[in-house]
Amino acid sequence: MTGTEDLISALRERVAAANERSTPLAIRGGGTKAFLGHPVDGAFLDVSALTGIVDYQPGELVVTARAGTRLAELETVLAEQGQMLSFEPPHFGADATLGGTIAAGLSGPRRPWGGAARDLVLGTRVINGRGELLHFGGDVMKNVAGYDVSRLMAGAHGTLGVLVSVSLKVLPRPAAETTLVQQLDATTAINRMNELAGKPWPLSGAYWEAGELYLRLSGAERAVDAARDAIGGDVDNDPDRWARIRELQTPLTAGAEPLWRLSVPPAAPLADLPGDWALDWGGAQRWLVTSADANDIRTAAERTGGHATLFRGDGDARFHPLPEAMQKLHQRVRKSMDPAGILNPGRLYAEL
Amino acid sequence: MSQAGREYRGRPEPDNAMAVTQSDIADHKSQLVRDLQSILPAESVLHRTEDLAPFECDGLSAYRQLPMIVVLPDTIDQVQAIMQLCSSAGVPVVARGAGTGLSGGALPLDNGVLLSLARFNQILDIDADNRCARLQPGVRNLAISEAAAPYGLYYAPDPSSQIACSIGGNVAENSGGVHCLKYGLTVHNLLELKVVTVDGDLLTIGNRALDAPGYDFLALMTGSEGMLGVIVEVTVKLLPSPESARVILAAFDDVERAGEAVAAIIGAGIIPAGLEMMDGPAIRAVEDFVHAGYPTDAAAILLCEVDGTEAEVAEHIEAVTAVVEREGATDVRVSRDDAERALFWSGRKAAFPAMGRIAPDYYCMDGTIPRRHLARVLKGIYALSEEYGQGVANVFHAGDGNLHPLILYDANNPGELERTEAYGGKILELCLEVGGTITGEHGVGVEKIGHMCLQFNDAERDQFHAIKAAFDPHALLNPGKAVPTLNRCAEFGAMHVHNGELPHPELERL
Repeated sequence: MTGTEDLISALRERVAAANERSTPLAIRGGGTKAFLGHPVDGAFLDVSALTGIVDYQPGELVVTARAGTRLAELETVLAEQGQMLSFEPPHFGADATLGGTIAAGLSGPRRPWGGAARDLVLGTRVINGRGELLHFGGDVMKNVAGYDVSRLMAGAHGTLGVLVSVSLKVLPRPAAETTLVQQLDATTAINRMNELAGKPWPLSGAYWEAGELYLRLSGAERAVDAARDAIGGDVDNDPDRWARIRELQTPLTAGAEPLWRLSVPPAAPLADLPGDWALDWGGAQRWLVTSADANDIRTAAERTGGHATLFRGDGDARFHPLPEAMQKLHQRVRKSMDPAGILNPGRLYAEL
Repeated sequence: MSQAGREYRGRPEPDNAMAVTQSDIADHKSQLVRDLQSILPAESVLHRTEDLAPFECDGLSAYRQLPMIVVLPDTIDQVQAIMQLCSSAGVPVVARGAGTGLSGGALPLDNGVLLSLARFNQILDIDADNRCARLQPGVRNLAISEAAAPYGLYYAPDPSSQIACSIGGNVAENSGGVHCLKYGLTVHNLLELKVVTVDGDLLTIGNRALDAPGYDFLALMTGSEGMLGVIVEVTVKLLPSPESARVILAAFDDVERAGEAVAAIIGAGIIPAGLEMMDGPAIRAVEDFVHAGYPTDAAAILLCEVDGTEAEVAEHIEAVTAVVEREGATDVRVSRDDAERALFWSGRKAAFPAMGRIAPDYYCMDGTIPRRHLARVLKGIYALSEEYGQGVANVFHAGDGNLHPLILYDANNPGELERTEAYGGKILELCLEVGGTITGEHGVGVEKIGHMCLQFNDAERDQFHAIKAAFDPHALLNPGKAVPTLNRCAEFGAMHVHNGELPHPELERL
């Protein structure tokens, strides 16, 4: 314990010193998500030694772990108790940490049904840009005391604070699970996925790529059996199917080409853009390998009420640009937590 | 609750050190009324005492304060113009939805404008394909599910006030309900907000996709109690209505055993749609009131609802029945049809009004604890009940550890309200002792502002104030609520001297 406290003190001192001198810090856990966002020009602030599960109460459905804890280790411990992280986070490498996972705010195929990373966050301990150690939220299911700063940390890419530990809601692993595959074109697949999601089927994944729609069913055994018979299609016996979808290791998503992510309303029609698509989250998350111009992609995503990210590849702006008023609000909120702007500056947006 | 002592930025600066006179204040108010009447029709600007009276409190009626002025806009443009005016005049604004909140979050300010969103009561769009609904903030919670029902969809969060409470207020408080454990709180069921800032700008936060670029301001706004902006439009997620739902009613002769049964159900890998617990005094009060058929000799009952497909419900009913029997339930009943399911729930839903039958007044508390400490906290609540001489009945959202002790009192007996509040405060401290929180779903408002000093330290509260300032630099939106100032905590701390040491010794005390 003393070791951990020493580590936290050392991190706080480094942040406080950087704050004093206005020298930027690049926060680093396992480094598996460094490819997301813009490179940060700053001294590494390594949090990977801050490891360990602080508290795990399976009966409470809550786990608290330090930010540097390996995601794989955490998931193994949960699996031993028949539980899981229902947002099914992508790892993008064996060294993925809990802190990086939350900071990146990424969720896997179960997201429309199991919730997003931010949905499962119950509390955080963070070091803000002044080097103060702050605790927000808690380790109970319902908590409305104070602003929800914990969930704000999810997807902030470290620009609002250095995560020290995170409390998450966990859920039981489903008693039964099966995957069906149907042959459909993209537009028909979008309709199909939304039609199914609008009914109380025990869906936990809906993914389309290259003419094949994969539907994962999870839940009570009889519910899964009944849904399988009613929905129809062949049973897919590939045990790694959803791990590959989650880790972007499918034929379309694994390539070296730039990969765009469009986050749109699930039933939005397929945008008229050249290239190849994969559709996850029942249609709400769409991967695109394309020769189209970045502006055209963003305009197409915006037109349907969503946004586009250059998920993998080089570009001046990776994340969808913000309207001016929102950009200013982002700057003010960032300043409220990190007045000197030393934590991962520029990682999300050049002006942030 | 008087707001005396708060800086009143709207008042004219006195020429000398003399206090502001009553006539200065009256002039200031009549000028503001004239300015507001240039934005709104005259009948939408209320300023006479008799017109203001209906707005003097929200659901926490122990706290009352007449606002200076009430405005009832109809359009977003009007809300923007009101905010521009109040912002430049330095007048504080309190937004109000249906006024059902239980922590005084919509308590007016005597020097402020109360902005009622009651007229924003239209359902703007139900998008069945994308399973979402675009709503004005004054739409009642239950009306959303009613409008979505023809599409086989519904809105999941269902606070017990759902026939009256509005979606804008639900967002401001991050309301819960009996189905949170499985379906989440308001924050988990939102897609987009339109918010008018303190300066009158209109922001769109979130979108109709499952995430938005930049920071998650949707999460930050939810539960922010009107401190960061005025919510003028809300887009919520809709879920497919479950094919089937059934309730198990299990009685126990010991509260601790009922608590263990809750843990055992969840340990069996089942997340019930609702998992509620009531203690003996609550059971007897509601049974007298609604005749739900509850076993009145039980020390506690659990109501466990499972939903999903027919097949899933059948499987889970068997599993839960086996668990509660193994955990020593003295009586187990399973609802046979929707009418019986409604009957089982009727008692739980009537718990608050039923208290009116056994005491003239009740004070509803709201804390959350790690569930494993349920028995310990409950024993503490009973012991405190003896100590303070006030009766108590307990209803819990047991699945997520959210307690609602209902303290019984008679406001007409001198000292009882004060004793009740002190007792309630002790319950919150008990929740904190076991690692819980002072509010699970009702918010801080004015009610628990003192206890915020116990849950958060100075640096954490300063961080909250800094975030507030990023949205509202002059603290004009609902000032004095949700997050206490350092001075406020010093005052509160003075009542909580620990080991003879005063908290915040750095502050001067007069």
